[in-house]
Amino acid sequence: MNASLVKLGKPRVAVHKFSSCDGCQLAFLNLGEDLLALAERVELVHFAEAGPLDPDTEVDIAFVEGSVSTPQDLERIQHIRQHSRMLIAIGACATSGGIQALRNNTDGTDWVAQIYAHPEAIASLAHSTPISSHVKVDFELWGCPVSGPQIVAVVNSLLLGVAPHDNVDKVCTECKRRNLTCVMVSHGVACMGPVTRAGCGALCPSLGRDCYGCYGPAENANTDALAAQFGHLGLTPQDIVRRFQSINSQAPVFLAAAEKMRQRDE
Amino acid sequence: MNEQKRTVAIHVPVLTRVEGEGALDLRIENGEITELRLRIFEPPRYFEKFLEGHSYTEVPDMVARICGICPVAYQATAVQALEKLFGVELDPWAQAMRRVFYCGEWIQSHSLHIHLLAAPDYFGCNSAIELARIAPDEVRRGLRIQALGNELMELFGARSVHPVGIRVGGFHGAPAQSKVNATRDKLRAALPEAEALIRWAAGIRVPQDDQSFISVAMRHTSDYAIERGQIVTSDGLNIGSADFDAHFAEHHEPFSTALFSTYHQQSYLVGPLARLNLNHDHLPEHVKALLAESGLSLPSRNLFHSMLARSVEVLLALHEALRLLEDYRLPDSPYVDVTPRAGVTTGCTEAPRGMLWHRYEMDDKGYVVNARIVPPTSQNQGRIEEDLRMSLMNFGLDHPDDALRLHCEKVIRNYDPCISCATHFLRMNVERG
Repeated sequence: MNASLVKLGKPRVAVHKFSSCDGCQLAFLNLGEDLLALAERVELVHFAEAGPLDPDTEVDIAFVEGSVSTPQDLERIQHIRQHSRMLIAIGACATSGGIQALRNNTDGTDWVAQIYAHPEAIASLAHSTPISSHVKVDFELWGCPVSGPQIVAVVNSLLLGVAPHDNVDKVCTECKRRNLTCVMVSHGVACMGPVTRAGCGALCPSLGRDCYGCYGPAENANTDALAAQFGHLGLTPQDIVRRFQSINSQAPVFLAAAEKMRQRDE
Repeated sequence: MNEQKRTVAIHVPVLTRVEGEGALDLRIENGEITELRLRIFEPPRYFEKFLEGHSYTEVPDMVARICGICPVAYQATAVQALEKLFGVELDPWAQAMRRVFYCGEWIQSHSLHIHLLAAPDYFGCNSAIELARIAPDEVRRGLRIQALGNELMELFGARSVHPVGIRVGGFHGAPAQSKVNATRDKLRAALPEAEALIRWAAGIRVPQDDQSFISVAMRHTSDYAIERGQIVTSDGLNIGSADFDAHFAEHHEPFSTALFSTYHQQSYLVGPLARLNLNHDHLPEHVKALLAESGLSLPSRNLFHSMLARSVEVLLALHEALRLLEDYRLPDSPYVDVTPRAGVTTGCTEAPRGMLWHRYEMDDKGYVVNARIVPPTSQNQGRIEEDLRMSLMNFGLDHPDDALRLHCEKVIRNYDPCISCATHFLRMNVERG
């Protein structure tokens, strides 16, 4: 990634929303007084939830939350890409399609008819897809949700003209640094930490529970070994499939692990 | 130009400072509103469908993703419903801490709404960042209160957006005494800030807009209802959550991706003002005193009192959290074990923006057979349209388009619509013909 895309000074920043829960935009809105400090360092030109509205303007950095899931989204993301020097996808929806991508393995049109009396009025694509399926993405920040410190770190890197740090380590490494007891080894809990990308700070294991993979796959994730371990812990093949088919179901590594399990089950 | 013949069309293509996406179409012909439509076009996400086949253990983490602003509401409602079905008797510690956890979300969401979304309108500002230039102390105070709400959620859920601490049967873990002590000190220090917030909100001039509507909220025998209670209405209904379907119905309008709810075929109000209208007698004496000082008389028929209602509920939530954490002790276990059972169950709680109702059918292994979720914004949607119509007539249709549009936006923001949780919010188009 070419970090020098953003010149030093006061970059123009947009925050766009696609299909999502708005939780990653909250990484900005929950910054507290730091939000006012951020507004001094960058020019927030488009951020509908916070007030500024100018979706068509040229920007240095576009943060994109949410997945592409309607016919209009397909056009909108192209337009945003054309008007942004740097595009950063934030959160599970934007990087893997999000929880709503669970529909990708099913007959979506049938779901519309089951919920809405006028299914013909609902414009929805069969699949929910990440931003990178449609346009070039300069940096992906994984997590459901991404946190304020992660966002500030990205902005700081860009203001300094360096590439943002891509944390591809596993949650296990964060557990070890925090000196937490391993929930899988000590309590037999089916934890996704060994294959899940770090960044959250090992929150779930800190409460004695399983990581459920909300930050998506880590680098070199050994899903085969973890699936086997889950089997030893007494999980059924369907249970194991569901472990990989949750918040980041369409992330290629998790999708492949689930497919492998399904085939073995048949 | 003959004023009688003026036709005006206002389109607000993207409504700002709301959570999610929506638009408003308004057509005025010969001094009459001929078309008024609130279109919610947040893409549908089909939560109810993909919950099917998932285990009760996964439900709290999944339903949280419906809304980043009020995940606790979704989690707390789901676990309440499932615990009822499984015959779980919560430990008094867990019962009390659920309320504290939920108070955190009220404080965070209300403070965010007041300062970042609603207040800028009343000072001629486009955003909180602009407002902070003319009212820096007030905005910073608001952001501090919001941060404290987040901290309270983090105490039990490790993070405030999609917290990970709640489980069917209680919580995964109990916060350490030292952490609770530190938060308790901050809550105590925030009380005078919340009192100042109420005085500030009470001093903001808002339109006088008297309307008739039905208020719906939960009501508890002793507490100001948040995480439990009966469903009550201002015309005398008092039911348990299991009877919701007998009195409330949802239908789909083809221009919106959110479903509309009605109560006995009428639109109705949920949210802070509805709650205050129905439950103000249950406010702690201290909060009642501040409310009396603010000059707000209840029940109120003016939705522009919503911002003040939220500020009163911020103080209430701080007060409740402090009360319940006063004698905090670590429990023997933060949860009780549960055994799944088959059956149909319902849950209901007061999300920051109004009543939230869930229904689940579960199989005997604890997997979801089907799910239905009725969020607050779809319940308020009919009322918002009715309010816009009445409020615009009271305001006067002869105002310039920009003034009409700003007025509509203020009306809509009174409801703090959460469009992403309506699963589906505002572009405004005004046409004058």
